[in-house]
Amino acid sequence: MRSLFSHLQLHANTIKNPTWRAILLWLLPGFFLIIFFYQPLIAIFKLIFSPAFGFSWSNLNWNRVWQPLGFTFAQATLSTLLTLIICLPSAYLFSHFIFPGQKLLRLVTSLPFILPTVVAAAGFNALLGPRGWINLGLMGLFGLEEAPVQFLNTFAAILIAHVFYNTAIIIRIVGSAWANQNNRLVQAAQVLGAKPSQAFREITLPLLSPAILAASLLVFLFDFTSFGVVLMLGGPGFSTLEVEIYTQAFHLLNLPLAGLLSLIQLTCTLTLTILYNRVSETRSNPVMPQAQKTILRKPKTLTHRLWITALVLMLLMLMTAPLAALTIRSLVKLEPERGERSTIQTGFTLQYYQELFINRRGSLFYVPPVEAVHNSLIYAGLTILISLTLGLLITYALKQRTAINRWIDPLLMLPLGASAVTLGLGFIIVFNTPPWNSPDFPLLIPIAHSLIALPFVVRSLLPALRSIPQSLRQAAAALGASPLRVFREVDLPILMRALLVSVVFAFTISLGEFGASSFISTPDNPTIPIAIYRYISKPGALNYGQALAMSTMLMLICAAGIWLIEKIRLPGEEVF
Amino acid sequence: MLRVNDVHKTYEESPLLEGVSFIINPDETVCLLGPSGSGKSTLLRIIAGLEQAESGAILWDEKDLHSIPAYQRNFGLMFQDYALFPHRTVAQNVAFGLRMQKLPTAEVQARTNQALETIDMLNLSRRRVTDLSGGEQQRVALARALAPNPRLLMLDEPLGALDRALREQLSRELRRILHSTHIPAIYVTHDQDEAFAIADRLLILHNGHIIQSGTPEEIYNHPNSLWVARFFGLGNLLEGSVTSHNPLTIQTPLGPFQVACQSDPPPLGKKLTLLLRPSDARICTPEQNLPNTISGIVQDAVFQGESYHLRISCHAGVELFLNVAHNIAVSSQLNLHFPPKTILCLA
Repeated sequence: MRSLFSHLQLHANTIKNPTWRAILLWLLPGFFLIIFFYQPLIAIFKLIFSPAFGFSWSNLNWNRVWQPLGFTFAQATLSTLLTLIICLPSAYLFSHFIFPGQKLLRLVTSLPFILPTVVAAAGFNALLGPRGWINLGLMGLFGLEEAPVQFLNTFAAILIAHVFYNTAIIIRIVGSAWANQNNRLVQAAQVLGAKPSQAFREITLPLLSPAILAASLLVFLFDFTSFGVVLMLGGPGFSTLEVEIYTQAFHLLNLPLAGLLSLIQLTCTLTLTILYNRVSETRSNPVMPQAQKTILRKPKTLTHRLWITALVLMLLMLMTAPLAALTIRSLVKLEPERGERSTIQTGFTLQYYQELFINRRGSLFYVPPVEAVHNSLIYAGLTILISLTLGLLITYALKQRTAINRWIDPLLMLPLGASAVTLGLGFIIVFNTPPWNSPDFPLLIPIAHSLIALPFVVRSLLPALRSIPQSLRQAAAALGASPLRVFREVDLPILMRALLVSVVFAFTISLGEFGASSFISTPDNPTIPIAIYRYISKPGALNYGQALAMSTMLMLICAAGIWLIEKIRLPGEEVF
Repeated sequence: MLRVNDVHKTYEESPLLEGVSFIINPDETVCLLGPSGSGKSTLLRIIAGLEQAESGAILWDEKDLHSIPAYQRNFGLMFQDYALFPHRTVAQNVAFGLRMQKLPTAEVQARTNQALETIDMLNLSRRRVTDLSGGEQQRVALARALAPNPRLLMLDEPLGALDRALREQLSRELRRILHSTHIPAIYVTHDQDEAFAIADRLLILHNGHIIQSGTPEEIYNHPNSLWVARFFGLGNLLEGSVTSHNPLTIQTPLGPFQVACQSDPPPLGKKLTLLLRPSDARICTPEQNLPNTISGIVQDAVFQGESYHLRISCHAGVELFLNVAHNIAVSSQLNLHFPPKTILCLA
């Protein structure tokens, strides 16, 4: 990858006209986007507008559209509000106080950001599901026959999982804006006669509102496109646009309706993305000279300590309970295996992990589950390769000072707004002939994953690249370095951290991707999340245990990933 | 009248203020002067009610302000970085304090305009404060602090962020405004020129104490310690010890110096430091046979407009600085005389 990139970069640098340089750099990414993003998108359009598919507007049951659309908006609004209520105090906590375990809690709250939805769903399942700790515990305690707590397949499950997911976004975006707010402003207001509540209303809140708005929009966008959580925790009773697209396409085989829903979904997410970008651009409030950062302090009064303790405990509960439940449940045998009767040896077991390597008769995929791990790792590696090559080319193209970037930029924006399920739908419509659909052609999944990871890669690389002053390259060139040499000696070392962050993002996104994979993975070539999804809903303690074991492994990989990102990212850099 | 009484404060576990006491009289502009890190800003913040002292009291008209929060003290505070509200216009910034007093809109408007007029910025009232230059921001911050008509105005290094020419111009303007409003003011600075230009009275803060208080003239003419003389850069400092009382004579590396008699002369053998001001030196000849004469060689002469600043090397490796009216060639030998009345003994 690097050599290909260097090659193009070398050529690009020898071209003096920035427009031609941009065009050359855009060539490969543009080609890729046309084939793998715009072609599927157009195919979805065709589903609706071409008579060949027999779609007719007059026969359309609009209820099938309005219901999921309404529900999607309703749940996203409620989830966002709930997240704000819980996380704004947390943002204040993180930006103003020092307390024991702060670093760890910060890491723990960041984990969900790259945690695959299937893992989160498995975690909540292991905690509150019919075979989870709480239900099994209560059943054992009171001798109940049925699970007393109904959590799965409820609206509350969706909301709580969404809060779990988006806590990090609010804490990071609002928290860093809050920490960067000049605390003298509030003091100036107080000296001018403003009560603390007035100072908050007149100064703190207005200055914070762009950050709150940006964070809310991003959370809303993620809730709006939520697929795995709704599918696995909401059950058949609740259908967001994403889930409805999947259901229509897979279970009801109504492709045109799925296509229509996809287009509606795309319009909504694109609008939200554009809004978010607008707000983020204006977000950086003009900095006054010698702005003084808020200094983190230790809580002094008893009320403060109580508040902080309560908040920390709540966050810890929300963040770690499902994940801890998942990990421990994957190591403990609590239920009888199918065919066994009631009395069983409960206790520590590695059986669920060992079973991953065994190809049982009647297994769901006719291959040992560990094969899914193998597949996922290969896909993730390919995703890194593809998304980083394209990401680097796009970043360098975007950096050129030329008018054509103004035309291409929005075209690049579109994939950012597309949901994984839409992408998956487009893929199965377009790439359903050889060689694409052949089992020997394993590139479709990593290509889909690359499209999903690309925005993150570009967002990590672009600020790093822009931070390199042109004079540095000119200095190197004046000292006799060739363009390739300049790239290797100046750009590459400075970009290294951002590249590593991109690698981790691409890797974890690919490992955990569920929406697109659920469309395009084949039964005998599952990825880890697909395997987890299939296992967890099947009867039998062994299937359940194996789903949890795989989820635990995936969670550990992601935890290592976020830890690595925190380690290598420069202080102050944010990914949103 | 503000009374600061025995205020103690520690910062990061080391004592910062160790019993600071002073009063500010009505209609008085007082400069609080001290090196960076001496706790000047902290003291202002304690008076403003933004921080609590560990012990001691802040009193206004003999009433303890301990339980009065910052927003009820009606003290104006102008921050070093101005702390202008970036999401508000110039006029909105100035009107803020008036709005907090829940005054009628018309009065808020009238008094805002009046404050803007004082600083000559009425025409910029609709500007965003982020579009202003440093000097303009400084004036808006001043107008904002003055508009609610505070009982006391505190200014924390208000000119610190500006360049020299602007500072001189604005310090004159500040002096005019402070005197015309008759609001008592505490002005914090580490710059003595600024302090001299603005203050009716100076307070020198060092090592957690107010070590000297007085008018600029008093402090300039009679620094009460070696530290103050050094802080103001008053002149050449020469160490020595008392050898005789009549006349009071101090033995130094440059020979004996006779010093004007003091009411309470230091004991014999006491070590102290003499202050020889650069402009008090008189050029003389050895034949005049005057006391307190020094001879040395001119090393360097710098033209400073009204005088020449000379660097003289004397024996024993001592260097002195002098101001003289006429240029003297480098390397020439010079005999100097310091009249006993001009020499100050510092402990």
